[in-house]
Amino acid sequence: MNDPIVLEGNAAVEEFDVRKYIRLQMMPHFLCPGCGHGIALRALLWAVHELGIDKDRLAVVSGIGCAGRLSAYIDANTFHVTHGRPLAFASGLALVRPDLHVVVITGDGDCLAIGGNHFIHTCRRNLKLTCLMLNNEVYGMTGGQVSPTTSETRITTTTQLGNAEPHFDACALAAAAGAGFVGREVTHHVPKLKDVMRAALEHPGFAFVEVMSDCTEIFGRKNDMGSSPEMILRQKSEIRPSAYRDTVETPFRPNTLPTGVLMCNERPEYGAAYRQYAQTVKSAGDGKQKRG
Amino acid sequence: MSIATVAVEPAASNLRLLSGNHACALGAIAAGCRFFAGYPITPSSEIAERLSRELPRVDGVFIQMEDEIASIAAVIGASMGGAKAMTATSGPGFSLKQENLGYAALAEIPCVIVNVMRGGPSTGMPTRPAQGDIMQARWGSHGDFPVIVLAPGSVREIYEETIRAFALAETYRTPVTVLYDQSIAQLLETVELKQPGAPVERKWASGPPEKYQPYAPLDNGVPAMARPGDGYRSHTTGLTHAENGFPTQTPEVVERNIGRLLGKLERHRAAIESFQTLRCEDADVVVVAVGISARAAGSAVAACRAKGIRAGMFRPITLWPFPEEALRRAASGARAVLVPEMNAGQMRLEVERVLGRDVRIEGLHKISGDPIDPAAITARIEALCI
Repeated sequence: MNDPIVLEGNAAVEEFDVRKYIRLQMMPHFLCPGCGHGIALRALLWAVHELGIDKDRLAVVSGIGCAGRLSAYIDANTFHVTHGRPLAFASGLALVRPDLHVVVITGDGDCLAIGGNHFIHTCRRNLKLTCLMLNNEVYGMTGGQVSPTTSETRITTTTQLGNAEPHFDACALAAAAGAGFVGREVTHHVPKLKDVMRAALEHPGFAFVEVMSDCTEIFGRKNDMGSSPEMILRQKSEIRPSAYRDTVETPFRPNTLPTGVLMCNERPEYGAAYRQYAQTVKSAGDGKQKRG
Repeated sequence: MSIATVAVEPAASNLRLLSGNHACALGAIAAGCRFFAGYPITPSSEIAERLSRELPRVDGVFIQMEDEIASIAAVIGASMGGAKAMTATSGPGFSLKQENLGYAALAEIPCVIVNVMRGGPSTGMPTRPAQGDIMQARWGSHGDFPVIVLAPGSVREIYEETIRAFALAETYRTPVTVLYDQSIAQLLETVELKQPGAPVERKWASGPPEKYQPYAPLDNGVPAMARPGDGYRSHTTGLTHAENGFPTQTPEVVERNIGRLLGKLERHRAAIESFQTLRCEDADVVVVAVGISARAAGSAVAACRAKGIRAGMFRPITLWPFPEEALRRAASGARAVLVPEMNAGQMRLEVERVLGRDVRIEGLHKISGDPIDPAAITARIEALCI
């Protein structure tokens, strides 16, 4: 087994140039005008650059949907797998290759609906992985159906009278399931988004980052939410950054969506714990346990 | 085929009294398997239990995942990282794994899936044997895809075929299913654990990265795989892809790539196929059977011969691709063919397809959760000879 990764940082921090990290032959990308996913992708690559992560040591595993397509644009070892399963694929990869930085890119449907079981168990297991969930509140690739994060009352192609289901708070779910690191940011704050992703990449255990993205074409249009800048500004007006967590409520401004690093702990990382267990078994000879 | 009666030497012997599932686990270790992900399911769980003990001792990784789908996903992920990887399950879990099995077939990721068959359909009879997954093992995932299925018939053969499953998976970059039923899985037999040679390695990409085409075939029709960290930074996808690994819907590119994929195993059929023939040369009745049913058939053939009835047996060990030519040869002189199997007639369909209408083909099907009795096969052979 290869030695686990050690982050050394980008000693001579040169100017970030996104073109060094993407597959230029894949441009132009297929995202709709106004989609926030490109901002999230850029922030991720910026964080990768700042940390000095070698592209050869970067593995990106993505699921199905608009977010899932992003892996193909990254100049790294990229795996576009089945719907809902990127965390499970990535777990196998990370367990046999602790020398790689394994990043999962997933969407709200991919991560919380079809992949919900993998999500909560990956949080619980706390294996070293970085998971970015791009939340655009909708199944965009399939034409705009309701997702587990669609806000109540919103119109989608499968909730044409308005959504009657409450939505998941993905960060609360991740924290409750035991994730070592939980963060959230909006695409309006690109440097902050980069910083949260950077902290997630540096975290020794499972790190989950929810990016509040916007789907202008398929979701915003149906709900009269305006153009992309309007959607992004609306998100910005709704957040409550972690730095302001303890301030008093501002009257008439609900500011309910917590952003920033919401949780970070040093719970034991699964891969390291397993390798230590294996070492104990090996040094104990044949490893057979005595039966009483 | 009978239970070995050799005395077990006390020391330094390779003879072990093992169940089929334990033999499978040890075969995997001998083949170089260094990653196992599974989910508890009767009657395959002993494979996971044994490997949870064995793998850490050889620097491998065992993990029990949250469900059947996660198990095969983790196995494919580990194989993408360069490890030889395996999962094991039974019918309900095998159904759940089908989508990712198709992914491994299309993305050409080597992996081994053990399916210990139990009574079905649905939850069925978890502790009873059956052979109801023969067609699912071939056609279970959607679309046309290549797959290899091995059907061992004894504990020794489970050990050997598990080793061969890894060799085939690595050589042809394809998922390989090892298919046997509950009765052999939990049968105890003495097995000589022959140490195989060095594990077969898949062909890794070499040469300049800028010239590397992830799905451009080598001379044998199988592309070289890029190992993460080696500098190739390639893309793997379940979307239909071109030689460069990126998605395509250009009809002629799709035709060429899917055509190669489907022809990949056909091209190496001779190296993949394996089967056993028993006294087929002069047989009036040829019994075609796999797994535990073939053990009963072997006894029935012996009983018939003792009575002067010319019976023979053909046993596919490689179930898919089905050894068509070998069956045609074995049955060329037969008046009738009998297919005893613990399902409602799945392999019979394939035998009918291969042999056509020139010979009388009958099935002997058992769906009760009991193995087929040699006497039942003997009686049917006798009836076919009248």
